[in-house]
Amino acid sequence: MQIQVKVNGADYTHEVEPRLLLVHFLRDVLHLTGTHIGCDTSICGACTILVNGKSTKSCTMFAVQADGCELTTVEGLSQNGELHPLQEGFKEMHGLQCGFCTPGILMNMVNFLEHHPNPSEEEIRHALKGNLCRCTGYQNIVKSVQYAATKMLKNEEVPA
Amino acid sequence: MSTTNGIIGKSVKRVEDKRFITGKGRYTDDIVLPLQTYASFVRSPYAHAKILGVDTEIAQAMPGVIKIYTGADVADINGVPCGWQVNFKNGDTMKEPKHALLVADKARYVGDAVAVVIAETREQAKDAAQMVVVDYEELPVVVDAAEAVKAGAPLVHDSVPNNMCYDWELGNPKEEVNEALAATAHITTLEFVNQRMIPNAIEPRSYNASYDATSEKYTLYTSTQNPHVIRLLMCAFVLGIPEHKVRVVGPDVGGGFGSKIFHYTEEALLTWASKNINRPIKWTAERTESFLTDAHGRDHVTKAEMGFDTTGKIVGLRIKTFANLGAYLSTFGPCIPTYLHGTLLQGLYTTPKINVDVTAVFTNTTPVDAYRGAGRPEATYLLERLLDLAAHEMEMDPAELRLRNFIPPFDGVNQPGYQTQVALQYDSGNYEGVLYKGLEILGYKEFRQKQQESAQNGKLLGVGFSTYIEACGLAPSAVAGALGARAGLYEMGHVRVQPTGKVTVFTGTHGHGQGHETTFAQVVASRLGIPMEDIEIVHGDTDAMAFGMGTYGSRSLAVGGSAIVKSIDKIIEKGKKIAAHRLEASADDMEFEEGKFTVKGTDKSVSFGDVALTAYVPHVYPPDLEPGLDFSSFYDPTNFTYPFGCHIAVVEVEKETGKVKLQRFIAVDDVGNIVNPMIVEGQIHGGVAQGVGQALYEGAEYDSNGQLTNASYMDYCMPRADDLPMFETTNQITPCPHNPLGVKGAGEAGTIGSTPAVVNAVIDALWSGGHKVKDIRMPLTPERVWRAMQTTKNG
Repeated sequence: MQIQVKVNGADYTHEVEPRLLLVHFLRDVLHLTGTHIGCDTSICGACTILVNGKSTKSCTMFAVQADGCELTTVEGLSQNGELHPLQEGFKEMHGLQCGFCTPGILMNMVNFLEHHPNPSEEEIRHALKGNLCRCTGYQNIVKSVQYAATKMLKNEEVPA
Repeated sequence: MSTTNGIIGKSVKRVEDKRFITGKGRYTDDIVLPLQTYASFVRSPYAHAKILGVDTEIAQAMPGVIKIYTGADVADINGVPCGWQVNFKNGDTMKEPKHALLVADKARYVGDAVAVVIAETREQAKDAAQMVVVDYEELPVVVDAAEAVKAGAPLVHDSVPNNMCYDWELGNPKEEVNEALAATAHITTLEFVNQRMIPNAIEPRSYNASYDATSEKYTLYTSTQNPHVIRLLMCAFVLGIPEHKVRVVGPDVGGGFGSKIFHYTEEALLTWASKNINRPIKWTAERTESFLTDAHGRDHVTKAEMGFDTTGKIVGLRIKTFANLGAYLSTFGPCIPTYLHGTLLQGLYTTPKINVDVTAVFTNTTPVDAYRGAGRPEATYLLERLLDLAAHEMEMDPAELRLRNFIPPFDGVNQPGYQTQVALQYDSGNYEGVLYKGLEILGYKEFRQKQQESAQNGKLLGVGFSTYIEACGLAPSAVAGALGARAGLYEMGHVRVQPTGKVTVFTGTHGHGQGHETTFAQVVASRLGIPMEDIEIVHGDTDAMAFGMGTYGSRSLAVGGSAIVKSIDKIIEKGKKIAAHRLEASADDMEFEEGKFTVKGTDKSVSFGDVALTAYVPHVYPPDLEPGLDFSSFYDPTNFTYPFGCHIAVVEVEKETGKVKLQRFIAVDDVGNIVNPMIVEGQIHGGVAQGVGQALYEGAEYDSNGQLTNASYMDYCMPRADDLPMFETTNQITPCPHNPLGVKGAGEAGTIGSTPAVVNAVIDALWSGGHKVKDIRMPLTPERVWRAMQTTKNG
């Protein structure tokens, strides 16, 4: 089947097998290897991307289901060479160690912060339930998200 | 040299982060080679079954299939070797049955590889693997170590009587310990299960092997913690191909926790097959495949007895452990329950008589090997559970009981190291210091008051202590050799100063989340007085550095960092000669500080960069000196390092449901000098989370047929963000007296200390509610805790 998708702002048209998972399409066809596979069963969240702005586990979707969609992967998170506040937060607060689960967490949290611009620790931990990290114990991930939230709130206040 | 000046001791942000947060990390599965093919394994669905036949005819004809190999095809190839030999008590060598690349005779655990299909795409390989028909004859299964040695138990290997790999003993003679225990005022006895754990790095194991016919050279990309060792084992023991014709690369690796130390059959098989088909072959495990085939950890059944005199002093300890090694010997498998477990049973205490008896056993389960902490968590669990239970039984304060038994402080410089009853000599320690610090953070007196009040409102509060020690910095080669290691455990560090004064450092250790690129650069920057940006740390490629022993056992900075320091010392020494010649002074009169070579007592100096350029453009140069500024060193430490600490857990147990909530976790760790506090704290956090996981959530569950019934993330419960509180971490610093950095190692501390602290806290909570529970088997699920409360309701 032929699909058309916009990924990180660029248009792609590809012929794919109906059974091809979206995550394999991104990794093997488009060579966007920032999106990772940790479990194949949508439990670990390493494959999380944005589909039409909504955080989605790309191992639970077929590529054909993404036909006509706008996708954002971790490679599309930085704009004009500037790190996204979340990316900056993870670096500043030591929110990653091996970095394998990090792209999925970043993409989940991008979506989360849109709806919870000033989250509590409890809300962040709850929102992270869909992502497994084996390295950090989550503490610094929570702090990284708090860092980003604070920074994004401040930036919003400036133009107002 | 001071280790607290300048950039050492600062929480420098990690240089490796940028590629990971932008999706530019390069893990093995990200690598696609020209003419790439893909492998899929046919694995036994039975834990124990004779293979009567393998029919590949249908599969071979399927689209995209290039080649299928079965056990018969690799029958002449050696199996993967074991890296550690343990002898029986009578001196016989351990039983070491072949671990074939593909089994031909019988499968010995669920997941044992019977055949491999290589095809053009991943999907085609998987499709065809499903069509390989294997004719199995099921055999009786044994999964429990204590059962496996009983007469009449099914034999995992026909050549191994009673399934016994070895029996082993350490410490004081049994009679002496029996005598000591017979005369005690109180004996605390516990039968423990230290359950089997599944490491679960989020990146599954992945290999990509290729062969170049022109150079006759193989390249293996592998998600490993130690590329050189994989190359050595594969070349020298399995395939017999010359080592210089093999390049092993461990690129970015998504966590290891021990499970990626070992040489796995798939690595050797794909490397061998890549020459046969003359194309690169990639295999990446799916998650359930990881559950079934990554080496597991722990899995001990133990009877432990600890005797005390009337003042609470420990007078003796007797341990009998059955260790389940799984179906085959993994690389370090035999050394975990012996040299990394038995030798740690002195703990932090002055226990005068200790006897450890270990029986290691084959069963129809996945091979067991080192998992974060490796042996040391098992030892610590025994000791710390015994101490807390003894305190309850003797109606003593558990903190006070520890204080009465601690080895007094010693720095290893003015006071000698402490010789234990179980082979080790601790380097330096201040054990009471970490406990006092922990008690202060906890607010112990106030806690005990609050605990009494909370029992009234449906919740039980509990506090659990764990004061631990570990042996890290593996290792002095001579000691390791005497203990049965088949390799030396030194490390290599190569410092190459470029003509422009930029520095490339090659290390034989391997970073897979620990932040080596930052920590090592801090060490180099501090010693050479140059900016971190001028330094590049390279690891993980056997073609780039001479040799290496990889990363595990918290050895990288203590051993690998020390090797780098040795090379830097040589750089500075040669630099002084070059600078002296330029400044027309004597090399003995030169000093080097903050990136400048200066003639002592003058303002005549030359910068590090100028010396570097002179070394490569030696126009004005000492006549008897070689050009260049490039040194390689090997460092073999004189002893292990011995980090220690005090972990305290506070839990709340719901009376009605048995549900445990971890309210607070306090970690006071002494890991020696600290180069980057942020990174050390991160290591502690991750370790604690894994230890809490063992206490409350995780554990492999085999049924009596040998099926791993929780081989997916849906069934195997790992801690998630909302299961854990913010940890309260701090440090005490007792420098290691025998390495140049004074560091001890921090990677496993969190895992070792946390598990018993949490279990002790739950037991303490139950005792506070009148439930005199001796033990609850881990993980402490609500059901298990609830049942324990029911059975002791009126107790």
